[in-house]
Amino acid sequence: MLILAIDTSATASAALLKTRSPGSAAQLLASFHTEETNTHSEVLAPGIQGLLAESGSSGGDIDAIVVGVGPGPFTGLRVGIATARALGFAWGTPVHGAVSLDALAYDVMVDNSSSSVDDHEFTVAIDARRKELYWARYADDGTLLDGPHVGAAETLPSGPVHGAGAGMYADRLDAAGANVVERFADRQPSAASLGAWALRILGAGGKLLPTTPLYLRESDAKVPAQMKGAPAS
Amino acid sequence: MTSPAPLVLGIESSCDETGVGIVRGTELLANTVSSSMDEHVRFGGVIPEIASRAHLDAFVPTLQEALSTAGVTLDDVDALAVTSGPGLSGALMVGVAAAKAVALATGKPLYAINHLVAHVGVGVLDGGTLPSSLGALLVSGGHTEILRVNSLASDIELLGATIDDAAGEAYDKVARLLGLGYPGGPVIDRLAREGDAKAIRFPRGLTLPKFLGTAEAPGKHRYDFSFSGLKTAVARCVEQYQARGEEVPVADIAASFQEAVVDVVTKKAVMACTEQGLENLLLGGGVAANSRLRELLAARCASAGINLRIPPMGLCTDNGAMVAALAAQLVMNGVRPTGIGFSADSGQPVSQISL
Repeated sequence: MLILAIDTSATASAALLKTRSPGSAAQLLASFHTEETNTHSEVLAPGIQGLLAESGSSGGDIDAIVVGVGPGPFTGLRVGIATARALGFAWGTPVHGAVSLDALAYDVMVDNSSSSVDDHEFTVAIDARRKELYWARYADDGTLLDGPHVGAAETLPSGPVHGAGAGMYADRLDAAGANVVERFADRQPSAASLGAWALRILGAGGKLLPTTPLYLRESDAKVPAQMKGAPAS
Repeated sequence: MTSPAPLVLGIESSCDETGVGIVRGTELLANTVSSSMDEHVRFGGVIPEIASRAHLDAFVPTLQEALSTAGVTLDDVDALAVTSGPGLSGALMVGVAAAKAVALATGKPLYAINHLVAHVGVGVLDGGTLPSSLGALLVSGGHTEILRVNSLASDIELLGATIDDAAGEAYDKVARLLGLGYPGGPVIDRLAREGDAKAIRFPRGLTLPKFLGTAEAPGKHRYDFSFSGLKTAVARCVEQYQARGEEVPVADIAASFQEAVVDVVTKKAVMACTEQGLENLLLGGGVAANSRLRELLAARCASAGINLRIPPMGLCTDNGAMVAALAAQLVMNGVRPTGIGFSADSGQPVSQISL
């Protein structure tokens, strides 16, 4: 099975991954990512074009597209989802969604399985802007226990926190009883990890999500006073 | 691309309309529009984030419907086009991302199109090739501009524009003041027919001699517009009636406000055409639906010997067909496609017909 994974919840990334048989280990064929968090609309399509060229694949070879549905800053998040849906339509390929924070949780699980650290539960967090974090809590087998949520650093549960969001608010998390895991303190969700995670779920016969974005915040629009009150006449 | 009548698919998402249009040369095959207007009603104006969210969900269904209406597949298409600006950035980026993905998936050339010039280019779908010696007046919720169209594919010049609110935006704000709901244009137009347009003399923005100058020595804002002061004048007027405990004469205010907008818009457009030697004028934008604007513009153009061309309303409001129509002109004139690496430009100048 060949999948194209896309995530734009923080930085922009895309990856092509393959499994020989359901449940077997995912092989990363090609991947690309940016460091920037505000160039998704410019770089994502050329990035995916590069992956296809590099791996010698064409759209018709791809069995499924998996896109990170956030949470993430709105405009960037939409670039990834709009891209995935339009590619899926044009290629006639099914498009699935996955929580972007799952990509980080997958990285933590892979890391934990090769180290002696035994964290039974852990939190992952990325920047939500407006001095808040998008976060979720996972069991050590990657099961989502709580979230995703958006809130200030102080609202996170105690215990280890992984991800670039943790690095941004290390002092405040520390003061609130959470501890930042240093080697993950600048890690962002990546399409390569999201794709590997999705392949694992699909391989185990599980289901992914629809591609509905997880905004977690309303649009901020306020009804003007003149619209609330009675007509002027 | 040497096809005499290229099949072009155009995508529009600069404001609250998700549009996909398909043309073959100057022939319209499909013009599918999904609007999020109903979601903005309670706010009295377009909320960019709500519009952007709606574009994301409307895009694929709108594309699908346009293809089915035109009876073509993506494989048949010769070129793709998308509005890259001007417009609301978050809204533009949804259409741009989707258009790039379709271009990437199909390998078709992609043109990044100027929204304002597309409002002019749509003229070819109704009556064919545009005349030479052409001016354009664009009036909508986001724009109020006078353009000189030297060449649709290669040379457009901005003669005048609003320095603050767009005319349609002034309608929405005044409708809000008068408790008339959103959108303001249709309801004010309707009420104005029952009111006295001379009841209140509202200011005509940027018409003082110091702004106008003369044809030989034009002032800084000879062809420019301003509607912010007008909106404030309406607000003060309403407050005065309320302070006196009198009933607000809504119909008279609507009629007088509409007259102030339409008077200055038509006068400046006709003045620009006359002074610039333009024999033809094309009207575009959502406010082209306004009955008083059409009436007064037609009368003033006739007096000045200017031929007025108004495309059907479904082509005047924001849509994807206009994007496709302009891109088809670019294809036929051998203009190079943009590719998939460009940025949406919320302030794209009219001189940039495509990126």
